[in-house]
This record gives sequence, structure tokens and C-alpha cells, in this order.
Amino acid sequence: MKEFKVTPIRNGTVIDHIECGMALKVLRIIGLDGDNVQSPVSILMHVPSKKSGWKDVLKVEDRELDPKDVDKIALIAPKATINIIRDFNVAEKHNVRLGDVVKGKARCSNPNCITNLREPVEPEFNVESKNPPVLRCLYCDRILDNIADNLI
Amino acid sequence: MDSHPISMDFKGMDIVSIRDLSKEQIDEILDLSERMIPYAKGERLTKALDGRILSNLFFEPSTRTRMSFESAINRLGGRSLDLGNPSMTSVSKGETLADTIRMVESYSDAIVLRHPHEGAARLASRFSEKPVINAGDGAGSHPTQTLLDIFTIRRNKGNIDGIKVAMVGDLKYGRTVHSLAEALTIFGAEMTFVAPPSLQMPKETIKQVEKLGGKPKVKTKLEEVIPDVDVLYITRIQKERFPDIAEYQKVAGTYRVDVSSLREAKTDMIIMHPLPRLEEISPEVDSTPHAKYFEQAFNGVPVRMALLMLVLGGEL
Repeated sequence: MKEFKVTPIRNGTVIDHIECGMALKVLRIIGLDGDNVQSPVSILMHVPSKKSGWKDVLKVEDRELDPKDVDKIALIAPKATINIIRDFNVAEKHNVRLGDVVKGKARCSNPNCITNLREPVEPEFNVESKNPPVLRCLYCDRILDNIADNLI
Repeated sequence: MDSHPISMDFKGMDIVSIRDLSKEQIDEILDLSERMIPYAKGERLTKALDGRILSNLFFEPSTRTRMSFESAINRLGGRSLDLGNPSMTSVSKGETLADTIRMVESYSDAIVLRHPHEGAARLASRFSEKPVINAGDGAGSHPTQTLLDIFTIRRNKGNIDGIKVAMVGDLKYGRTVHSLAEALTIFGAEMTFVAPPSLQMPKETIKQVEKLGGKPKVKTKLEEVIPDVDVLYITRIQKERFPDIAEYQKVAGTYRVDVSSLREAKTDMIIMHPLPRLEEISPEVDSTPHAKYFEQAFNGVPVRMALLMLVLGGEL
């Protein structure tokens, strides 16, 4: 990372290989876009990637990402890797994973879908493609538009 | 005629989307529908579903679907319970659909549901142990309509493989035409979509038809396709889709079928329409041998009888 002139972090989380332009959306789904941020967050946008062209990178100091947020990241950045940093070293490394079914993580973008009413069900989607993610509502059968804006 | 046993594979099954059914299952339903015709006409009588109760939950107005389900269960010797006007029931007090379904399930052996919201039938099927038949959910699925449409074509043409079907009118918003186009492609029909550009079949459906092996044609002019097709499937163009009434009238006029527009048609070409029709088909067409839309409406009874027999495990 030295070539990016961003210093390594001592403790925290580095989310690498985010699709270009998605870094701010990833920040939002992990809840770091408001007044609740108590530590430095570095956002690298449009930096060269050895794997594929260009990427975004996020560095969050002094916070280890909750594993349950990891699956949500898969919905908008399916190639992302999560590195938990302790004392400047990568202590844990996770690839994000998208299962065959996504339940309770996004609401259906069809306003007329029954799951958007006061019914006792969690929205549920079949994953038709993982990269890029294409989700089809199990109830109304529509493709979920704009996943990032519909995350719960 | 009654020597063939009725399949028990369907017993307890929900009929939510035509996509849930295989080609073989659809064939099986249509074969039984054929056997149901004399019963649907009242020429033969049966008590095959004697003592069974069907709940008809119509949260939206419906004429043909509701009445043909009632006719179907009555012709089979069963009875129906009607939700009545939703505004007079606990639904108006804010009861969830899930709760309504759990209650109704305990009163009956099967549930027919028409609901204004997409996905309602799938939700109902998850809360009910008893079979749920989707009678239309918002702009979503309407599998019994698709089945009776395929049945009407099969009865008139003998076979669906290789026949040319043109769908005309509002192809964009009605999801029933999307699933019908897909289902007919699976059966080997050659599809042509005739609509103004603003109401043309969505790209997603065209792609799906191609994925299923079809080579759909997209046209804007009705007169170009009439001489060539075996089936003309007309749908209603709704006024509310047009911001401008003059534009609506222009488009509606372009896709109107009357006797003179049928001069070039094949003698055995059939015209279908899910009804209600407004101006799309001139009444003078009704008396021509092309007109099959009332037969199509009747076919709702034998097809729904067949479905009720299958999901309730009736025996002739």
C-alpha cells in the first residue's frame, strides 16, 4: 500500500478489492457514514489493482468489522476481501460470500411487493448471479433494482 | 373415458406461478381439463369433490376468474366459501394477509387468492398447509389464465409446436402476457409481439423467450402479421397508460380488429382475448369463425376443475 501514500493502520479493518465507485456505499452499509464514526476512516478511490484494473479500498481504524456485515458487502462488492489488522499485521482475512439465497438483508425494490406491506415475513431473494449480483424476489419474482439503496 | 387414473402427484400442491410447473405437468393438467369438458358443460354429473370446501379470497374485483372457480367447485360437487367484500371483513381492520390465510385455511380444503399485491400468493402458500391457487396477484402471475390460454390454443389447433402466435396490444405491463409468451415458447410456438414501442414486450421477457429457444419477432404494424399467423392474442390497451387521450385514441385505433382487417387472415386463424374487451375487437367479429374469446372464457371452468381435482386428490 506504500505506493498510495496512505499509511498502514495499526488496528482495524481494511476492505480491499471493492468495485470502483462503490466505496462510499460500502461505508454506508457498515454504518460508518454518520456521526457514529469515532476513528479515522481512509477511503481510496480508483487505485490500480493487481487483480483487475481499478479498485476502491477502505481503511477503518480501531474497528473490527462484524462478520454479519461481511455478507452484506457481498451484495454490492462481490470481489471484496476483508482484512482484520492487529498491530500492523493481517490477523484475519475473509472473502465476502454470497449464498444462493439472501434473506432479511435487502428490501424488495418493487413498491407493490407484498413484502413491503406489514406482513410477518422477511424479504427473501434467489441469487441468480453472484458477480455482478442479480437477486430475484422470491415473492413477487422481480429483479431487485439498485441493491445498494435497498439494503436493510 | 374415465379409465385413466388421475395423478396423485399434484395433491396438496400450490399453484402460484406457471414457472413452477414443468411441461409434462402442464400437459397433464390440460389432458385432465379435456376430460372435464362434459362435466363443465353440465352434460355429465359428478360428485368427485363432494364435501370439499374451497375458499375464494378475492381482494380485488374479478368476474370471470371468481365465477369460473365457483362454477368449477360446484360442478365437482364441492362448495365454496366467499370472503365477500374485503371492506366488510377483518382485512379492513388491518389484519395481515398471513393471519387471514391462517384463519381461512382452517375453514376449507383449498384457497383461491386474488390480491392487488405481487407476491401475495407465494406468501399465502407459505402460511397455509392447504393448497393455494393464485388467481392473480397485482401485476404478477395469473397461472390459471395462462393454462386456459394454452388449453384454448391446443383444443383449436391440436398441437402448439410450430404454430404462429401474435400477441397484440399492451405487452409491457401485463405480466400474464409475459408468462404466456414464455410458456408457449416452451411448447414450441413461434411468437410475434405487436405493439407500439411504448407498450412493447420488455427486453427481459424477449431475452427469456430467446433463452427458451424461441426467435421472437417484434412488430409495430398489426396488418403485417394478420395474413401469417395462426393465433391472434389481443390484449386491452389501457387509457391510463397514456398521458394524452389523443395519443391513446390513435394507438387504440391502430390495433383494433374488425371484419375488414381480417380479409387476409387464414381461414382457420383464431382470435383470443382474456376479456373484458373494450374497443380492441369490433362486435362484428364475434360471429366469424375466428372468434374464440368466449370459448376461451368457458375454458376457464374445465381447466380450474382439473386443477381442483388434482390439488384436492379427487377421483372420477
